[in-house]
Amino acid sequence: MKLFPFAIAATIVVAGCSSKSSNATKDSAAGAAQPAGAAASATGSSDAQLTGAGATFPAPIYQKWFADYAAKTGVKINYQPIGSGGGIRQLSEQTVDFGASDAPMTDDEMSKARGGPIQHIPTVLGAVCVTYNLSEVTKPLDLTGDVIADIFLGRITKWNDPRIAALNKAVALPNRDIVVVHRADASGTNYIFTEYLTKVSQAFSSSPGKGKEVQWPTGLGAKGNDGVTGQVKQTPGAIGYVELAYARQNKLPTAAIRNAAGQFVAPSIEAVTAAAAGVAKSLPASTDYRLSITNAPGAQTYPISSFTWILVYKNQPNADKGKKVMDFLHWALHEGETEASSLDYAPLPAQMVARLDSTLATIKVGATP
Amino acid sequence: MTEIVARDAAQAAAATGVPTRPSRSWTEIGSEIGDRIYSWSITGFAAFVPILLLLIFLAVGLAAWPALRTFGFSFLTSSDWDPVAGHFGAAPAIYGTIVSSLLALLIATPLALGVAVFLSEFAPPWLRQPVAFGVDMLAAVPSVIYGLWGIFVLIPFLREFLMPFLRDTLHLGVLPLFNGPAYGSSMLAAGLILAIMCLPYISAVTREVLLAVPRSQREAAVGLGATRWEVIRDAVIPYARSGIIGGIILGLGRALGETMAVTMLIGNRHEISASLFAPGYTMASLIANEFSEATGDLHLSALMAVGFVLLLVTFLVNAIARWLVWQTAKER
Amino acid sequence: MATAQTTWGGAPSGRQRAVAERTQRSIRRRRVRSHIMIGLMYAAAVIAILPLLLIVIHLLRMGASSLNLAFFTQTQRPPGEAGGGMANAIVGTLILIAIASAVGLPVGIGAGLYLAEKRATTVRFLADVLNGLPSIVMGIFAWSLLVKPVKHFSALAGGMALGAMMIPMVTRTTEEMVRLVPISLREAALALGYSRWRTSLSIVLRTALGGIVTGALVAMARIAGETAPLLFTALGNQFWSTSLRAPIAALPLQIYNYAISPYDEWHTQAWAAAVVLVGIVLVISLAARVATRRRYGAGD
Repeated sequence: MKLFPFAIAATIVVAGCSSKSSNATKDSAAGAAQPAGAAASATGSSDAQLTGAGATFPAPIYQKWFADYAAKTGVKINYQPIGSGGGIRQLSEQTVDFGASDAPMTDDEMSKARGGPIQHIPTVLGAVCVTYNLSEVTKPLDLTGDVIADIFLGRITKWNDPRIAALNKAVALPNRDIVVVHRADASGTNYIFTEYLTKVSQAFSSSPGKGKEVQWPTGLGAKGNDGVTGQVKQTPGAIGYVELAYARQNKLPTAAIRNAAGQFVAPSIEAVTAAAAGVAKSLPASTDYRLSITNAPGAQTYPISSFTWILVYKNQPNADKGKKVMDFLHWALHEGETEASSLDYAPLPAQMVARLDSTLATIKVGATP
Repeated sequence: MTEIVARDAAQAAAATGVPTRPSRSWTEIGSEIGDRIYSWSITGFAAFVPILLLLIFLAVGLAAWPALRTFGFSFLTSSDWDPVAGHFGAAPAIYGTIVSSLLALLIATPLALGVAVFLSEFAPPWLRQPVAFGVDMLAAVPSVIYGLWGIFVLIPFLREFLMPFLRDTLHLGVLPLFNGPAYGSSMLAAGLILAIMCLPYISAVTREVLLAVPRSQREAAVGLGATRWEVIRDAVIPYARSGIIGGIILGLGRALGETMAVTMLIGNRHEISASLFAPGYTMASLIANEFSEATGDLHLSALMAVGFVLLLVTFLVNAIARWLVWQTAKER
Repeated sequence: MATAQTTWGGAPSGRQRAVAERTQRSIRRRRVRSHIMIGLMYAAAVIAILPLLLIVIHLLRMGASSLNLAFFTQTQRPPGEAGGGMANAIVGTLILIAIASAVGLPVGIGAGLYLAEKRATTVRFLADVLNGLPSIVMGIFAWSLLVKPVKHFSALAGGMALGAMMIPMVTRTTEEMVRLVPISLREAALALGYSRWRTSLSIVLRTALGGIVTGALVAMARIAGETAPLLFTALGNQFWSTSLRAPIAALPLQIYNYAISPYDEWHTQAWAAAVVLVGIVLVISLAARVATRRRYGAGD
């Protein structure tokens, strides 16, 4: 009995003391720029200097960026994947220095942000792949948007349906039920997939429509990209949709989808970047980057592609933190982009990076009491 | 002692008519101050509970009000959960929470009692601590891990073996409770994983309570000619009954509020189905699945409304449990 | 019921023999039933242990390859790079458990004592209701109270959210255990001149200590594995941090983030982290048991 509260009290005292000492290290590190920063990271006792939160989809590439950036400059940025909605909410309440989201903020959401107007900065691109579990089929299937929509609406229920067969004449499709697997939780992946389906299917756009969370008429709900992956892998005849990274890491079969130009394109990094390039060409000068690139024009574009954004206030109140955020964003748009493909993320097209550089310059970093 | 002495002295003094000052020793005063401080302290600590609950109730209720006002009673009866169109009906989630929790308790209680009796009556001393530890450690496994284990081990087991066994081999499929396709993700899976998660709470409390039953109770029963089982059933368990029920309610609390593991195993379908093999939904999973991404005001409010309804359901279920306890106590 | 006619010193009558036979059969039946029920008890014990064994074996099998020294001493490596560890998360979890216990144990034990002594059914009922609150609602509530006003995430907020979750559990178990102490013990102490508070603390509490510790440990085990309350309070931190006023890493958060990622490397680390988490709780439980063993074991 005596041991316990003593141990608890001791831990708290130790933690409290180290908080004082780590604050001291943080101040000195901020003052002494790079060399001290490197030393601080070596001793491993200083705190992260910036905090960001939001989308889970880009979390791996962001965390790689932050690790590399910390090693290079000593500025530590703590990023936690709590979900796009969470990121937007925390940014609006100003409990984080920047947010991240897979779906652009609505006008309504932007008006509620406490710190003023928000700038969307696209960082990398992702793709949503349609994956399936058919042991009989060895080559990737070809599918079109309206067929996919009808499958997920429950109108096409068998794998050897004539419409699927018509697209895959060289393949012998089994007479098996299609088990639809969709996302149970709200997410950016859902938003991208449904947004594409509303563009290519009239029936889908009337119901369920597009959103981070929609009412699916049929199928099982799995939690997260990993849940869908697991469910599809285990259920013969299943069809689902997952992020490119999951499909590649788990070596899932993915369908080639017909794009706006009529070509059947398999998901790949190049095809995704091409989708963004197709849109970047016709960007108006005053764009706020809240763009959809699903079903983008271009011969080699993958139709279910999307940006993911980092969200920052246009007026950074804290000069020190604001500068750090801007420096990081510059680094990310140039050096960071080169690392993207190693983790199955598509980098931004060069034209877009050039535009973003000038956009970054418009963000005011100033001191506000 | 000193009180008695002082009282006698006062009485004696009153009898002689001499006014006296009641004499109190420092020990007495110290004890009284100590008693007061103690009493205030525990009252203060106990006050935390209703205050905390009230605050949560208010916070959740306030956030839930817009949705409740918009949908009214249909929030509780409608199965239509459509964030895009802005319709929210939580009936399947409410149904799922109640069914999965009851199923969990149904499975966990006999097992937990069995383990507890085993540990308190039959286990040799060298086996008691390790096995007790083992069961208690079930509470330490994170919810997410239960979910993952469920996906990789429990669901294939259900889909390949247990569900076909129940439905076809035992021919229970004729009952609506056991028919339907065996996806694996189902109410049954959720109930089973919840049962495993409730087990340590019921078992820990029951075990302690059974250990505290005085030996005299057992010996008296043996003396009256009871078999070992009858000793347990008639002498030990009734004595410990209220403690056992306390343990069950503790487990029930866990079942009602469990999120992660359930959402990974229940199939997440907004549908009320009679079959245990069908996917379903629970209120806690609903909140967990959608909260991080919900940004529309009405959507958020609807989720908070689900939380509010969960609070009410917890109230109700606990009230019923209390009433049952009171009824059985009356019968004795 | 036939009245037995006693014939002192004579041979048993037909009726007596019939009664005796019935009794013998009844005794045999009861014995058989007893053996069956006890057999079922053993079976129940085995079934109850089974999931734990299965889960622990699965954990070890999936996570053992990641359990090396680096796991305990390094912080996480970004995806795509092998190695790294969860040292910051291990320390973070310990700090959070400490804060939670500092909040939850005194309040819980105090409230339990109150309930045991004053028999306030309303408060007990409210504690039960609080127990059923989903952890995510507690997290959201803690966020609005401890994070939003100060505009930053913190380990303190996380610890307090977890502590609030401990309170109803510890309250209930403490109350049950204290109520088991025979009233004669309390009365004897009072008769000997102990003041009320000394009776409650030194005599009653100390006797019930073993059970109270069990309850506290089970509550601590539960909150050690909670993710949802931490998502919006402690947030998580991929860097080393022990500050109470900054976001802090925690094992359940890391497990969750790694488990839902696409990388097998991270999946293995998640399983390893789960092993470590269960291990931490085991060590704390053992330590607490050893520390209180002197006074435990009265009812054995």
